[in-house]
Amino acid sequence: MLIQLLFHLFAAILVLAALGVIVSRNPVYSALALVMCFITSAAIWLLIEAEFLAVVLVLVYVGAVMVLFLFVVMMLDINLAELRQGFTRFAWLGWLTALAVIVEITGVVWARGGLGLDASHGGAPEPADYSNTLALGSVLYTRYAYPFELAAVLLLVAIVAAISLTMRRRAGLKHQDISRQVAVRREDRVRLVKMDADKRP
Amino acid sequence: MITLAQLLTLSGVLFSLAVAGIFLNRKNVILLLMCVELLLLAANFNFIAFSRYLNDINGQVFVFFILTVAAAESAIGLAILVVLFRERRSINVEDLNTLKG
Repeated sequence: MLIQLLFHLFAAILVLAALGVIVSRNPVYSALALVMCFITSAAIWLLIEAEFLAVVLVLVYVGAVMVLFLFVVMMLDINLAELRQGFTRFAWLGWLTALAVIVEITGVVWARGGLGLDASHGGAPEPADYSNTLALGSVLYTRYAYPFELAAVLLLVAIVAAISLTMRRRAGLKHQDISRQVAVRREDRVRLVKMDADKRP
Repeated sequence: MITLAQLLTLSGVLFSLAVAGIFLNRKNVILLLMCVELLLLAANFNFIAFSRYLNDINGQVFVFFILTVAAAESAIGLAILVVLFRERRSINVEDLNTLKG
């Protein structure tokens, strides 16, 4: 009963925050509403006992991806008025599509036998000593070890791509040239001079 | 107990709101990227709901990979956005007409 209450509370917050993402006038508010979406989603995932993914969602999305979004939104000097032009032109089409999809999905899900399986109950609650992280890790590092490594390589490629895309060399900026530093020889830098010792007066 | 039908309905509502957001904000690339993140979140909801319903952990492993790919996607997308803004001083989709598509 309490879980049902919490689920409906979080679901309502989630839908309202999603609405906030798509209708707010300022991209900063959109990003903050999206943070709210992720946090309430993590709460719902906790309620259905997917604890590890809930924690990962908060850490990775709220902690990294949304901070990156906020950085970019605040760094770029965007002309908002121009971007808002034509907001209402296709709005009716967007709302119509959304409404049609919602009606269709709820129709299929709640119709008797629409899914071909009994959707009127959820997963059985796990026993008290069950560890979601342990269960995930034991398949992730055995059966999915190769995809896991591929995902790591993908993240590395993403890092390299993001840095190489945004890096730029300004003219007249002083910077080190490592290959020239390494290739320097003694003769270029040091000059030995032979001279007579002076007599002390 | 939270039923499968409730979770699927919630993810359907979330998905269609994100699609509506793509229609509404089709000029602003940043908001388009945010709407894509919402779409992926709705897809993840389905994976987790079915993973719990069928008692099969593989669905949650798949969500883990989706999260990885989505993080990489948004990092590269935002990098492209920054470069684009540096070149054009604008992130309006309608200004991106060099390809004449």
